[in-house]
Amino acid sequence: MWKWLHPYAKTERAYQLCLTLQPWFWVGALACLSVGTVWGLAFAPQDYQQGDSFRIIYIHVPSAILSMGTYVAMAIAALVGMVWQWRTAYMSMIAMAPIGAVMTFIALFTGAAWGKPMWGAWWVWDARLTSELILLFLYMGVIALYGAFEDKQQAGKAAGVMALVGVVNIPIIHYSVEWWNTLHQGATISKFDNPSIAPEMLWPLLINLLGFAFFIGAVTTVRLRNEIVLREMHRPWVQALAMNKALNQQPGDAATASLKEGS
Amino acid sequence: MSLYQGIFKRDMQVAFKQKAELVQPLMFLLMVVTLFPLGVSPSPDTLQRIGPGVIWIAAILSSLMAMERLFRDDFQDGSLEQYMLSGMPLPAVSAVKVAAHWLVSFVPLLLLSPLLAMFLNLTVDMYIALVLTLILGTPLLSLIGAIAVGLTVGLQKGGVLLALLLIPVFIPLLIFATSAVDSAALQLPYHAQLAIIAAMLLLAAALAPFAIAYSLKVSQN
Amino acid sequence: MQFESFADFLNMGGYAFYVWLSFGVTFLAMGIIAIQSFSKHRDLLKQVVVEQERKARIKQARQQQQDSM
Repeated sequence: MWKWLHPYAKTERAYQLCLTLQPWFWVGALACLSVGTVWGLAFAPQDYQQGDSFRIIYIHVPSAILSMGTYVAMAIAALVGMVWQWRTAYMSMIAMAPIGAVMTFIALFTGAAWGKPMWGAWWVWDARLTSELILLFLYMGVIALYGAFEDKQQAGKAAGVMALVGVVNIPIIHYSVEWWNTLHQGATISKFDNPSIAPEMLWPLLINLLGFAFFIGAVTTVRLRNEIVLREMHRPWVQALAMNKALNQQPGDAATASLKEGS
Repeated sequence: MSLYQGIFKRDMQVAFKQKAELVQPLMFLLMVVTLFPLGVSPSPDTLQRIGPGVIWIAAILSSLMAMERLFRDDFQDGSLEQYMLSGMPLPAVSAVKVAAHWLVSFVPLLLLSPLLAMFLNLTVDMYIALVLTLILGTPLLSLIGAIAVGLTVGLQKGGVLLALLLIPVFIPLLIFATSAVDSAALQLPYHAQLAIIAAMLLLAAALAPFAIAYSLKVSQN
Repeated sequence: MQFESFADFLNMGGYAFYVWLSFGVTFLAMGIIAIQSFSKHRDLLKQVVVEQERKARIKQARQQQQDSM
C-alpha cells in the first residue's frame, strides 16, 4: 500500500518532492493565515465572557494542536527510519524538530498572554501547561542529542530513540484535562457533532489551523532540503544543483563562467 | 545462567572497588536535601509540605550523576564491545547490568531515606508512602535512564546532555510519586498513584532492555 | 467588522497589550525561523560552490604542474 512512498528513501527524489511541494505550502500558508487572522481579529464576534482577548485563540489553539501533531510526525519519521533504515526519514525528523519547538513556544507564550487577563496568572502548574512545557523540553532534547554526534547517521538514530521515548507524553497532554481538574478549559473542537464554540468563531480557527499546518510544511521542506544538501554534499547531483543556482544568479561572473568551462 | 551471574558479580565487584563513586551521589543527595531547610525555611510545616518533592528531586538529580557509571567503565576498557560481540542477547545483558546498578545506587538511598524524612519532618504515614514510591519508582529511573545512558556513552559532553534528556521523561514519575506522599499526608488513600507507577515500571521492565540494547548498538556503531 | 473604528480595533476592547503581544511574538517567531531556514539554504549551496571552486583550482594547479614537467 505504501509503495508510492518508497522512491522518497532516496535523497534526490526527496529533494525534488520538497521543491514541488514548497510553493503550494507557502501560498497555502500565506492565504490561510491572512484570511484566518483577519477574520479572527476583525470579523469574528466578541466572546460574551472574555471580550476581545479571546481572539488569541486563533493562534493559541492551532499552535498547541500542531505542536503535538509535529511531535507525533517526528516520532513516526523516527520509527520509519528505525524500521526501514531510511536516511530521509531521520532527516525529515530533524527538519521538523525546530519548527515544532517554535509552535510549542508560541502555544505557551500566547497561553500565558491569554491567561493573564482572563484568569489573573501568566502561569500555573496545572497538568496541561506542565505537559506542554515538558513537550518543549523534549523537542530541545532531541535537537541537542542530534547535535552532539559528529556522525549524523548515528545522530539520527539516537535522536530517533529519544523522540519515541518522549511520544508517550503526547496522550498525557491530550487527556490531562479530563484526568485532573485543571484551570485550563476543556477541548473546544474535538466534539464534532456538538462543538461548544459558535460557527462564526469556529471557521477562522479551522482556517488558521490549516494555515499553520501549511507553514510547518513549508518550513520543513526548506529545512529538509538543507539537511539533504548538508549530508549529501559530495554527491554530483548536489554539486550540479549548487552550481546551477550560482550560475543562474550571477551570469556575468567570470569565476563561475570559467568554472563551467573547466568542469 | 552462570554467564549472567558472572556479569552481575563483576559489576558488583567493580562497584565496590570504587567506593568513593558510590558514596559521592549519596553525599550529594544528603547535602541537597540539607540546602532546603537552610535556603527556604526551617519551619517544620514548610518542610513537611515541600519534603516529598525535595526528596524525590534530590533522588532524581543524584541518580543522574550515578547513572553515567552504568556503561562508562565497560566502554573504556573495551568490555562493552566484548559484550556486544559475544553473541549473548544484549537486552538480557543490559537488564542484568541495570539490576546491579540499581542495587548499588538506589538501595543505599532507601536506607538513607529515614534520615532524610526526619530532616524534612515527614510523618510516619508520609514516610511509608515515600518508601513505597521509592521502591517502585527508582527501578524506573534506572531502566529509562539506561536508555539515554546507552545513547550518550562515549560522548564527551555526556553529563549535562544526559540530564537534559532524562529530566523531562522523569517528570510524570515525580508528579505521581509526590502526589502519593501528599495524599498520605492528608490521610487519603494513594493506591491509584502507586498503581500507575507500578504500571509504568512493568512497562519499562518489559521494553526498556530492548531499547537499551538498541541504544548501545546506535552509539557503538 | 466587529469594531466601530480602527482605534477600537487597535484597542481590542481593552486587551490591546495581550492580544498584540501574542500576535506580534507569534509572527515574529515564525518569521525568524522561516528567514533562518532560507538563509541556511543559501549558505549551504554557497558552501558547495566554494568547495567545487576549490577542487577545480587544485585540479588546475595539478595539471599545470604536469604540463610544466
